[in-house]
Amino acid sequence: MKLRINGEWLTVPETIHTVGDLLSHFQLDQRVVIVEQNETILEKESRSEIKVQDGDIIEIVQFVGGG
Amino acid sequence: MNDRYSRQTLFSPIGEAGQKKIRDKHVLLLGAGALGTGNAEALVRAGVGRLTVIDRDYVEWSNLQRQQLYTERDAKDRLPKAIAAKQRLMEVNSEVRVDAYVMDANPVEMERLLNGVDLMMDATDNFDGRMMMNDLSQKYQIPWIYGACVSSYGISYTILPGETPCLNCLLDRVPIGGMTCDTAGIISPAVQMVMAHQTVEAMKILVEDWSAVRQKLVSFDLWQNQHTSINVSKMKNDSCPSCGENPVYPFLEYKQQMKTAVLCGRDSVQIRPPANREWSLEEVAKTLAKQEGHVEQNPYLVSFTTENRRMVLFKDGRALIHGTQDITEAKTLYHRYLG
Repeated sequence: MKLRINGEWLTVPETIHTVGDLLSHFQLDQRVVIVEQNETILEKESRSEIKVQDGDIIEIVQFVGGG
Repeated sequence: MNDRYSRQTLFSPIGEAGQKKIRDKHVLLLGAGALGTGNAEALVRAGVGRLTVIDRDYVEWSNLQRQQLYTERDAKDRLPKAIAAKQRLMEVNSEVRVDAYVMDANPVEMERLLNGVDLMMDATDNFDGRMMMNDLSQKYQIPWIYGACVSSYGISYTILPGETPCLNCLLDRVPIGGMTCDTAGIISPAVQMVMAHQTVEAMKILVEDWSAVRQKLVSFDLWQNQHTSINVSKMKNDSCPSCGENPVYPFLEYKQQMKTAVLCGRDSVQIRPPANREWSLEEVAKTLAKQEGHVEQNPYLVSFTTENRRMVLFKDGRALIHGTQDITEAKTLYHRYLG
């Protein structure tokens, strides 16, 4: 499945079905992030249920503390 | 009248009128590390009227790779960052009033310094400071600009009270245990990019060009060639404890306890005693000289090296324990030598 993630087209494994799976794949599931799918910001609680589909445009922003 | 600002005033969104507004403004900068030195230099060169710089740390060799106001001399002298930054900033532009504070500012101290401040800039390395700034911004209706970076990644967002969501609206919890400059390192282009986003937003706010303010959460990874910009305006939460209809500003509550923090990129723990406690550095140095170890002193701090650990004590009662990230061990050392 091809997804455009943060501006780049990436092919992700077929084992990824949900946004939650995607965050785990990128090891972001324990991090504080905002996820946008096709210009809709997702509620944190719904990430584990919402499906990702080929061609989705995903934006993931992680809050970090350094400076 | 020289032409110091001529190239900036030729830029039509600023112009002569904007330049005058910049000169009439007071910016408070919390933190004088990588983002802090970059933002400070840019704002001072741009001709801001007054800049308040607050920092709790002092210059070390590992800072010089990216903290652009500091020199080897500052690292050798272990000069507090706020002091070193002010010295350099005054050389850059003597027309600007720069007020430097060597302190780990708590909400009460911050409230004192906020009088007349038009904008707060985030250059801290921790979320405690950011959540405090976020609540102060709401309480006193002062805009602030979040900025952070680690490895080749960076993020920024401009918070306008009463208009945009606040940082508390955007976070489902306060991030802890994430990547730090300690574990993931940091490269200077990531700093420069965040700083550019922050400084340009500051300029827009200072010249009051509100329609130009970005309104989006921006993030990037310069090494991975990624860039993201999200419109988060719908995340404004009416029941937010910081900016909602009945705000309680939870991060301004002062809890009477010793505060500790692991410092980003420093393999160090900061210990801050519960009440404001100024002590005589002379007395501290004398006490420590009786211990096994090596004591050094300058007008701002006492440094004490022992057991593969180094302890640096500031006048306001704070201590930095170097060579450990273990808070308990750091507290033990603190109590062992200072009671």
